[in-house]
Amino acid sequence: MSAPNKNYDPVQVTPLNADEVEHARADALAAIEKAADLDALKTVRLEHAGDRSPLALANREIGALPPAARADAGKRVGLARRAVSDALAARQGELERERDERVLVEEAVDVTLPWDRAPAGARHPLTTIQERVAELFLAMGYEWSEGPEVEAEWYNFDALNLPPDHPARTTQDTFWVTSPDSGVVLRTQTSPVQIRTMLRRRPPIYAVSPGKVYRTDELDATHTPVFSQVEGLVVDEGITMAHLRGTLDNFARAMFGEDMVTRLRPSYFPFTEPSAEMDLQCWVCHGESVGNPDRACRTCSSEGWIEWGGCGMVNPRVLVACGVDPERYSGFAFGMGLERTLMSRHGAEDMRDLVEGDVRFTRAFGTEI
Amino acid sequence: MRAPLSWLREHADLPEGTTGRDLAERLVRAGLEVETVESPGAEISGPLVVGRVASFEQETHSNGKTVRWCQVDVGEAQPRGIVCGAHNFAVGDAVVVALPGAVLPGEFEITARTTYGHTSDGMICSSRELGVGDDHSGILVLPGETEVGADAVELLDLRDEVLDIAVTPDRAYCLSIRGLAREAATAYGVAFHDPAVVAALTGTGEPGHPGEIADPTGADRFVLRTVTGLDPEAVTPLWMQRRLVLSGMRPVSLAVDVTNYVMLEMGQPLHAFDRNKLKGAVVVRRATAGERLDTLDHVTRDLDPEDLLITDDRGPIGLAGTMGGLETEIGDGSTELVIEAAHFLPVPIARMQRRHKLPSEAAKRFERGVDPALPPAASARAVALLRDLGGATYVGSSDVDLPRPTPVIALDPARPGRTAGVAISEQTTRAHLGQIGATVVDGPDGTLAVSPPSWRPDLLDPADLDEEVIRLVGYDTIPSVLPAAPAGRGFTEGQRLRRRVGQALARAGYVEAPSYPFVGEHDLDNLMLPADDGRRQALRLANPLSDEEPLLRTTLLPGLLHAVRRNVGRGTSDVGLFELALVFRPGPEPLPPAPRPPLERRPTDEEVAALDAALPAQPAHVAVVLTGDREPTGWWGPGRPASWADAVEAARVVAREARVELGVRADQHAPWHPGRCAALLAGDRVVGHAGELHPRVVEAFGLPERTAAMELDLDLLGFSADPVPAPRISTYPVATQDVALVVDDTVAQAEVADALRAGAGPLLESMRLFDVYRGAQLGAGKASLAYALRFRAPDRTLTAEEVTAAREAAVGEAHRRTGAVPRG
Repeated sequence: MSAPNKNYDPVQVTPLNADEVEHARADALAAIEKAADLDALKTVRLEHAGDRSPLALANREIGALPPAARADAGKRVGLARRAVSDALAARQGELERERDERVLVEEAVDVTLPWDRAPAGARHPLTTIQERVAELFLAMGYEWSEGPEVEAEWYNFDALNLPPDHPARTTQDTFWVTSPDSGVVLRTQTSPVQIRTMLRRRPPIYAVSPGKVYRTDELDATHTPVFSQVEGLVVDEGITMAHLRGTLDNFARAMFGEDMVTRLRPSYFPFTEPSAEMDLQCWVCHGESVGNPDRACRTCSSEGWIEWGGCGMVNPRVLVACGVDPERYSGFAFGMGLERTLMSRHGAEDMRDLVEGDVRFTRAFGTEI
Repeated sequence: MRAPLSWLREHADLPEGTTGRDLAERLVRAGLEVETVESPGAEISGPLVVGRVASFEQETHSNGKTVRWCQVDVGEAQPRGIVCGAHNFAVGDAVVVALPGAVLPGEFEITARTTYGHTSDGMICSSRELGVGDDHSGILVLPGETEVGADAVELLDLRDEVLDIAVTPDRAYCLSIRGLAREAATAYGVAFHDPAVVAALTGTGEPGHPGEIADPTGADRFVLRTVTGLDPEAVTPLWMQRRLVLSGMRPVSLAVDVTNYVMLEMGQPLHAFDRNKLKGAVVVRRATAGERLDTLDHVTRDLDPEDLLITDDRGPIGLAGTMGGLETEIGDGSTELVIEAAHFLPVPIARMQRRHKLPSEAAKRFERGVDPALPPAASARAVALLRDLGGATYVGSSDVDLPRPTPVIALDPARPGRTAGVAISEQTTRAHLGQIGATVVDGPDGTLAVSPPSWRPDLLDPADLDEEVIRLVGYDTIPSVLPAAPAGRGFTEGQRLRRRVGQALARAGYVEAPSYPFVGEHDLDNLMLPADDGRRQALRLANPLSDEEPLLRTTLLPGLLHAVRRNVGRGTSDVGLFELALVFRPGPEPLPPAPRPPLERRPTDEEVAALDAALPAQPAHVAVVLTGDREPTGWWGPGRPASWADAVEAARVVAREARVELGVRADQHAPWHPGRCAALLAGDRVVGHAGELHPRVVEAFGLPERTAAMELDLDLLGFSADPVPAPRISTYPVATQDVALVVDDTVAQAEVADALRAGAGPLLESMRLFDVYRGAQLGAGKASLAYALRFRAPDRTLTAEEVTAAREAAVGEAHRRTGAVPRG
């Protein structure tokens, strides 16, 4: 390699010699290839592509050539310089990538570390199941009717065709507020909301009413004095038991799955006539445990069916007490226990888990069930 | 009602081979709730035969026991030798012998075994060993004429099935074999033999004991039949005892057993008086004040003027249809009886049995409605049984039969089908109404005039007939059709809000814990509520589950505090709970009694208003309680304890969902710490409180220190349902200014912040308190509050002068309102 041409002199000098150029190019590419890191590459860049590098010097001297030789030399030097600059850029990129990857490796963390700093909240499954049921019916056009929990006896019993000495009253163990003749009770069923709804608005009525009800049962694994029901009420022209059945079938399938088998069997409630109980076929044994001690079923106590709730056609006497013309309108009503629904649907085994407020139970349900 | 299948078969020609479970399934379909089907005697197997004691030798053994070594003819070539410990039999008696290989109830296997020096080739059985009765005082001695070698299982009906049926209040007639056999016969479409059809009795020609109904509002039929010459030694035959036992009744004596038997068979409660203890005519009347009666259960009862009594010349001798009196009770020596069969009206019996807490078998039937046509038949049946089984002679009867309404229901024959939503022909309707015992004739305008049978007082309206027809057609024939509801509006805004609040609190880390609304005075005391606090005005239950908790809650806190303690006690020390529920606030004045508007019309608006006025205010409250760490300690560092500030923030979470601007100011309010209690305000209204609980409250409820709580009245808080106005977003640059202000310690931060906001004017985009400092540098009683203010204009880049001016205006306003000075 020649020394820099300090005394500018427009004569043909060695750096423009084809061999020299080729040599400088080869040196540069070799050095670039050898540069192990970005710092080394920086030095290489100065040395082989800097202002003082052989190719830069050669380039500078092109102007001194006779015009006939310029084009040839210019092309030769230009190609060599471009090859070096491309190689530098490529190597630069390569080394930067290597550096970045190394940094990313060094910055690695243990992603399995926990980060449970925010407490996990939850809504109670009885609240969310009420909402789920309400949503199902609201989507069909029903309204969500509400009523008070401390309720007048007239709404809770009388207007529902349960006069004061009716034996059916004794089947609903009632909390009396203040005194047994105050006419005020803790509602024993969500059915009084039916009466309130019919007094509030004219048919057609399509209403659903989930809520808390109260009976004087001690808390144990299967009973609680405070529990939840969902009431449904439809009053319209031409309503039949077929509509009742269709509505409950839809409800049962929405809650328990599309293959749920249901059964209506005659029963008695003062506020409906005809009345029925709605049973669900046991989804564990599908009835095969009945009379078959070898295949006893805990879910349905080997009865094959699980009682879900009461229902029927609104007793015309109830319509009359609410000022609805029973000649023109008919209706159906149903009431299901939501604790039972929840326990069946989710396999909860002890009622106490639903009422004690233990966060270990409730948290499992999150905000939707 | 427990019904032995064998008894039902006697009155319904059920197909051969019908099992209890088959029948149960049919009855369930027809509307009877069959709870269980038991098979008593199902475990009995092997040779169980009738034997006759040919001879025995009595032997006393070294252990002091005397046994009999018997030779018993069991119909084989040779008698069998059997050792027996009982002594209540004689040579020639017929007995039940379990031969080796037999298995008795309780998996009791009989083998030939050596005992007391003999090989006992079988066992002579007691009624308890056979499962037919409770008697184990001796072996069972059969009537003399019983054939030797006969199969005792068949003879004694040892194998039977019993259906236990929960009878709904409308079907009183099913509290009898008569009613159940009728349903069974209908379900199978087979013949029914009515036990109430009984042969006429021939009396002696003397008059029966006289009876009288003095109060026609209490009874409308009163039959007394007199018998004499009852053999006091006569015992109840085994078949009757067996049926009573299977039906859940205990055999007592022939006379008592016969009355019970007829009640089970027909559904008509009967009462037997000792004729010689009666003085004068037997009269049904109401009690007069001050009267008393000793009833069969040996209780002296003070009678209420509403009580319906059976009386004679001396006064009360029984509570009608509920329980007899001690004085006229029949005893072992009674030979002359008066059998009472009455039709008492349901309401007086219902009230009386509740008043005296005497839910007897008789009262259960009367309050639901007994067939008024039954008294003559049922009493005749009882007399016939006493005659046939006890050698009694029928004397004669008295019968008071008052007129009673016989409803005729006009039924549109298309109605049952219209109700069911499935075609039901008039022919089918007529046929099913006939099956239940109704009489159907043509009425006016194409209607059917239906007279329900006497045993169906529940059938009053066309809808009642719908049910009868449809249940016999079968509910399973009803198709499944969804009705089309008119378009709905979904959740109301209030319902949306409650759902949102629950979701927001759950997101904020609280777990919902609905609790019972029952509280006690001690809870209110433990909350340190002052005597005049509105939360002390609680409704009281007349019949609480626990006398410790007779009140209905006026605040959600007690239930939540108990739930938190339960969680902590079970090892969950970091816990935040919430509840959203109604509380009951009757206010200081007693509530007016609730009216009972009539039922044959819609109540008037005034009546509805009076009903509402009888109820307390029932606002929805939301509350949280939290304790332990709000954020746990972890590898990231120490945790953050739950504090008063979290409780206040919970209220902000709620208010944000309601889109109500929540004000906060210091307050002193039980049960909170007087220095760490915030009143929560919506405008000027105090809607609740939040903060740390008073240390004594924390202690009284057994909670960890520093437990914090919030409760607010969601109804009082209100909510905005208006569409949210969309904010305008400026894209010009923001200018940030920090200010540190020194104020007296007594100045609330909120006042300083309000002043800064007001002074800064509309250019202030947002403001955030980022430091609170107290220290020696500032001097005692001073605090430094440092805020970051962000300014931005909607239409331009702010100049430095504008920003400085706004900042100074803010500081100036803070100084004017609170005396705050910039920290030097």
